Amino acid sequence: MAKLDLIMFEEEYKLLQEIIGRLAKDASAKVVFLVDKNGQQIAAAGDVKSIDATSLASLTAGNVAATDGLAKLIGEKEFSLLFHEGEKDNLHISIVGKRGILVVIFDQNSSLALVRLRVKKASKELQEIFDQVEQRAQKESDTGSRFESPFSEITDEDIDRLFGD
Amino acid sequence: MTFINYASREINCKIVYYGPGLCGKTTNIQWIYEQANPEKKGKLVSLATETDRTLFFDFLPLDMGTVKGFKVRFHLYTVPGQVFYDASRKLILRGCDGIIFVADSQRARMEANIESIANLATNLKENGFDIRSIPYVLQLNKRDMPSAAPVTEMERLLRFRGEPMIEAVANQGTGVIETLKAAARQILMELQRS
Ligand SMILES: Nc1nc2c(ncn2[C@@H]2O[C@H](COP(=O)(O)OP(=O)(O)O)[C@@H](O)[C@H]2O)c(=O)[nH]1
Ligand SMILES: [Mg+2]
Repeated sequence: MAKLDLIMFEEEYKLLQEIIGRLAKDASAKVVFLVDKNGQQIAAAGDVKSIDATSLASLTAGNVAATDGLAKLIGEKEFSLLFHEGEKDNLHISIVGKRGILVVIFDQNSSLALVRLRVKKASKELQEIFDQVEQRAQKESDTGSRFESPFSEITDEDIDRLFGD
Repeated sequence: MTFINYASREINCKIVYYGPGLCGKTTNIQWIYEQANPEKKGKLVSLATETDRTLFFDFLPLDMGTVKGFKVRFHLYTVPGQVFYDASRKLILRGCDGIIFVADSQRARMEANIESIANLATNLKENGFDIRSIPYVLQLNKRDMPSAAPVTEMERLLRFRGEPMIEAVANQGTGVIETLKAAARQILMELQRS
C-alpha cells in the first residue's frame, strides 16, 4: 500500500511549533496554522482560540485540493500560493513541501508583502523538518524496523469503550 | 494516512462515506452529529448546493475518547454522489484510512451501487490504495423501503471481500453507529499491524 503514516515525535513537533510561533510574530499575523494536505491540523500559533481550527484545516485542505485539480486541468503542476482578501482579514495559503499547508490570517496590522517575505523564510525551515520526518518514515518502512507501536495490543474492549459501551 | 502525533498524543483517522447519489451518506453523518455528545463533536461542515445536494463534501470531526493513552479523533467525510462530481470524489479520498460504502437498497438503484463500487476502486487506486485491503465496511441502507432488494441478493452483488455488512435505516439512526464502529475497529486493528 502506498500509505505512509505521518508520525510526529515530540522534538519535531516542538520545532514546528517554534517556527510557526516566530512566523506569527514576525509577520504580525493574527493566527498561523500548519495543516496537512489531508485536512488535519499539525500546529497553530497566535490567537488560536478565535477560530474553529478543525473546520479551518479541513476546508483549507479542500480548497488546496480543488485548486490543485484546477492547476492540473490547465497544465500547471500546482499553484503554490492562494490569497483571499477580505474586508478586515486576509487569508494567505501556501504549500510547504509535499504535504504541508501554511495558513496565515492577518489584518491591517500587517501587509501582504511582509507576510510573503516571512512565509518564504519559515517555509524553508518547515520543509527541512518535514524532510526529516519523511526520511525517517521511509527508512523505517524500508528496513521494516519500526519503533514499538503503542497500539500493538488494542482489544475489542478498547474499541467498545470508544463507543461508550 | 493516519496522523499520529506523539507530542499531543493524538491519533487522527479519516473515514470516507462513499456511494451513489441519494443513498444516505449525508444522512449517516447528520445522525451521528445530532446524537453525539456536544463536547465530543466539532462543527458539521456541509458544502452543499441550494437544494441540499452535497457539492464538495460534508465534514464532521469527532473525539472518540482514548486508546492506550492516545486521544482518538475521527474525521468523517462524505463525497458527492452524482456521477459528474468525480474529480471532487477523487480529492476527498486523499489520505483516507477507511471507507464506508453506503448502498441504496432500492431495487432500481442496484446498478448505481455497482457502478459506484467500481468507481471507488478506480479512485482509490489513483490515490495509491487497494480496495481489497483498505479498511472497508458495506452498509445496506434504506432497509425500510418497500422496494428494497433482499439482503442475500445485495450481498451477492455488492459484497466482495467478506467485509462487515450492516443493515441500516439511516434517517432513523438504525445501524449508523454500528457501521462506524465496524470501520473504527478495522482501522485501529490496522494500526497495530503496520
Ligand atoms: N426511507 C429512507 N430514506 C432515507 C434513508 N436514508 C436516507 N434517506 C433519505 O434519502 C435522501 C437522500 O439522503 P442523503 O443523505 O442526502 O444522500 P447522499 O446523496 O448519499 O448524501 C434524503 O431525503 C434522506 O432523508 C433510509 O434509510 N430510509
Ligand atoms: Mg450528500
